[in-house]
Amino acid sequence: MDVNVKNSVLGTREKRLGTIITYNGTFNDLVDKTNDGSIKEAGRCFSQGSACPSLCAISGMSSIRDLLVINHGPTGCVSNAGTLADGTRLITNSLAVKTSSSSLIGTDMNENDTVFGACEALKEIVLTAYKRHKPSAIAIASSCVSGIIGEDLDSVIDDLREELPIPILPLHCEGFKSQVWASGFDIVDNAVFNELVKPPKEKRNVINVKNFSQFGRKVIDELFTKLDIKPLYIYRNVTIEELAHLSESLATVSMCETLGSYIGNALEEKYGVPYINSITPNGIVGFEAWLREIGKVVNKQSEIEEYIEEQRAIYIPKIEEVKKKLKGKKVIIGMGPGLGWDAVRLVQEFGMEIQWTALWHYDKQHDDGKAPQAVRYLSESNTKNFNMSISHIQGHELSNILNKYNPDIFITRHPGASTFAVKQGIPTYFMANEYIMFGYKHTLQFANSLVDRITNRSFVRNLSKNTKLPYKEWWFEQENDLFQGKKEI
Amino acid sequence: MARITEQPRFKCALGAMQTVQSIDRVVPILHSSPGCSQKLGEGIGTSGYYSSHIFPNSNLGESDVVFGGEKKLQSTIRNALRVIDADLYVVLTGCAPEIVGDDVEEIVNKFREEGYPVVVAPTPGFKGNNYLGHEWILDSLIKQYLTKTDIKTKGLVNIWADVPIQDPFWAGNYRELENLISQLGLIPNTIFGVGRGIDNLKKIPQAEFNLLVSPWIGLGNVKLLEEKFGTPYLHYKHLPIGAVETSKFLLKIGEFAKLNKELVEKVVRDNEKEYYYYLERFANSIAENRISTKRFAIVGDAQYTLAITKFLTNDLGYIPLKQYITDDTPLKHREQIKKYFKDLNDGIEAEVIFETDGYVIQESIKNDDHYDYPVIIGSFWEKSLADSIKGLFISVAWPIRDRAVINGTFVGYTGGLSLLEDILTQQYDKQLS
Repeated sequence: MDVNVKNSVLGTREKRLGTIITYNGTFNDLVDKTNDGSIKEAGRCFSQGSACPSLCAISGMSSIRDLLVINHGPTGCVSNAGTLADGTRLITNSLAVKTSSSSLIGTDMNENDTVFGACEALKEIVLTAYKRHKPSAIAIASSCVSGIIGEDLDSVIDDLREELPIPILPLHCEGFKSQVWASGFDIVDNAVFNELVKPPKEKRNVINVKNFSQFGRKVIDELFTKLDIKPLYIYRNVTIEELAHLSESLATVSMCETLGSYIGNALEEKYGVPYINSITPNGIVGFEAWLREIGKVVNKQSEIEEYIEEQRAIYIPKIEEVKKKLKGKKVIIGMGPGLGWDAVRLVQEFGMEIQWTALWHYDKQHDDGKAPQAVRYLSESNTKNFNMSISHIQGHELSNILNKYNPDIFITRHPGASTFAVKQGIPTYFMANEYIMFGYKHTLQFANSLVDRITNRSFVRNLSKNTKLPYKEWWFEQENDLFQGKKEI
Repeated sequence: MARITEQPRFKCALGAMQTVQSIDRVVPILHSSPGCSQKLGEGIGTSGYYSSHIFPNSNLGESDVVFGGEKKLQSTIRNALRVIDADLYVVLTGCAPEIVGDDVEEIVNKFREEGYPVVVAPTPGFKGNNYLGHEWILDSLIKQYLTKTDIKTKGLVNIWADVPIQDPFWAGNYRELENLISQLGLIPNTIFGVGRGIDNLKKIPQAEFNLLVSPWIGLGNVKLLEEKFGTPYLHYKHLPIGAVETSKFLLKIGEFAKLNKELVEKVVRDNEKEYYYYLERFANSIAENRISTKRFAIVGDAQYTLAITKFLTNDLGYIPLKQYITDDTPLKHREQIKKYFKDLNDGIEAEVIFETDGYVIQESIKNDDHYDYPVIIGSFWEKSLADSIKGLFISVAWPIRDRAVINGTFVGYTGGLSLLEDILTQQYDKQLS
């Protein structure tokens, strides 16, 4: 990556990282084809609703405490404003922090605007929003409509910078721009990095923690206190002032490799803030590798070893006990690659058998030019080969696979994906946040949750007996990748 | 022209994909960008037989907005017909293909000519909200799917009321409206919710009349039905909640359908007897718990704001503060709707404000004269406002995030009691905290 080139429009993951959304085969084959350069996007001639970069860009950006996002588009594009506000409220209430009720405002573009443009109206809306809420920064997000009709948002932003005493950030995140919604994470990172992060003045005893929610904050707070380091959680509930100092931190860690790639590597490349070079702290292997890497960077190896020993004594015997119940159980994983690769590693730690792994997308590399850490770990540790697909959350493919293999459990993480399995009577674990597999304590909880779901199947059994899948019988007689790599069948 | 949308209370026209989703075994096919279905899938009880990640979607990308997405749509429809088990496929267009100019109608017509059950409704987000999208979709179904018939079924009544899922209580509301109509000896016909689906859709032209229970949404649809099939319609202005309003509702229908007056009056009497049995038992709770004769503000679509204003004023004896209608009611309907709010018991009139900007609404509520803590009825967006003025809060409008609604309803006699239950529960909760 070239962090010295400031550009408000960031290339998509497809262009920057060689990301694909369509593949069917096995893990080893995917890695081989990545290495010999033969892997490329094959496309599908049938698809179902997925997600877009605007979703990820806006949800990340709007979670910054004192920043307001103005989404220049029709009103449907801000349909999730309530959900986003609620997510932020969960954190701010628990921290007793006051926030504005508004983090995302739309411009309700209409038919006239598609003909005549609405840059002037947008400007007025931004000024009104500023007067109402006095945010410390404003981000202006594009939409499919503003993109197609060619609204010059960068000029609007230039004008507003003259008028308002706060940073104004561009968020070029048109929904059609990328089929990889994770491109939206990078768009946020790019805007934050270019517009808010300042060059370092002094080193601070802080580690940047990139995450979605903050559900693991208790464990991290306790651990970091022991190490005499402060965590700075980004972006949910972070302030503009805190973001300015990201360059002064000791290191950056990310709870999800997909999420952290851009900002982690950018901070390392431009300001020498190390991006912790380990697999993510999910499961035992991941947690310990991550802890030791942090220990190295902050020079607290012995404290880390003490912590590991102390925690192992509490949790490992319990985890070993639960593992006995999970051994040999058949599992299918369907989620994004960030936590998906980690789930692959962890269920193998549990001794479970992977029947299939479907990841929503696949990054051939991350912004450091290397393959994702989790993939490197799996191939270097000679993991047992498994079937897999890159499936862009295509329900028809997932339902077909689940129907064929009928696993003991389906592990997933994307709103709506659980129904692919529960309606087939398959116990399902929905990974509601990125800390579900984090560290010893959560790994134990996760293992227990899997056992409980496998133990009492009443709900999914009842549901499957009384409902029907939305696909024709014909579909279940086909291969799951029937539509892949074809323009027509 | 673009305008500020703070705290959105509706989605765009494509959001009415949820109207299609709510007709059994009818699936929407989205010709749109990849994220529309997930964003617009926000709501309560949305997994269903089909859901936003099941809807076929052409997932338009950069090259499609440059070169057009017609080929992609063709293959999406062709393969949806192979894969998705549905009785009817409704193609909905998003913003991108409408601006780019894909000829969606021609593509869909070709499929229909080949005998496939496919219809199309243009629903680009920039053309209107999901209330309008709902009407446009129903218009498309009427024009492209229904056929004129000479068969008329005596007593068959099509009921049109809520916009499914946008109204979190839609499922229970339709069932209760059916129940009320059945009590009069009529045969209700609705297309939304469990088991109604395609058979009921096909029966629409056979009805004796259309019953529209809504201030403005659906008026275009019943007029179209009249024009196309000669079916008359009764426009009842709002959902009936509680005894006073439900009895008026039943009597009005009885009159319109020329039913035996004595029979209708008996139905009303029996229902009222039961209703007032409960009200009598809880008269002390109402009178002695600081929830009698309260002031109230409702923030919702015209349907709910009007229906609950009628109930709280005419049934419970409350006093309306300013009322807020958030559905972006078309200008041509506004004067009429304002009049409905002037027709309240004891000469009471409620001031109505049409406003889509949540910030303005909340500032206005804060500054209204509620002297004692009021009852605030609205969406998730009103919750913290209600907390800040120590009001009792009940959520009825999208987005809802503090309660589950499965098949609950505020419609009818029992619905009124449910709303009263909610108010009492909120009061008890307040006393405990």
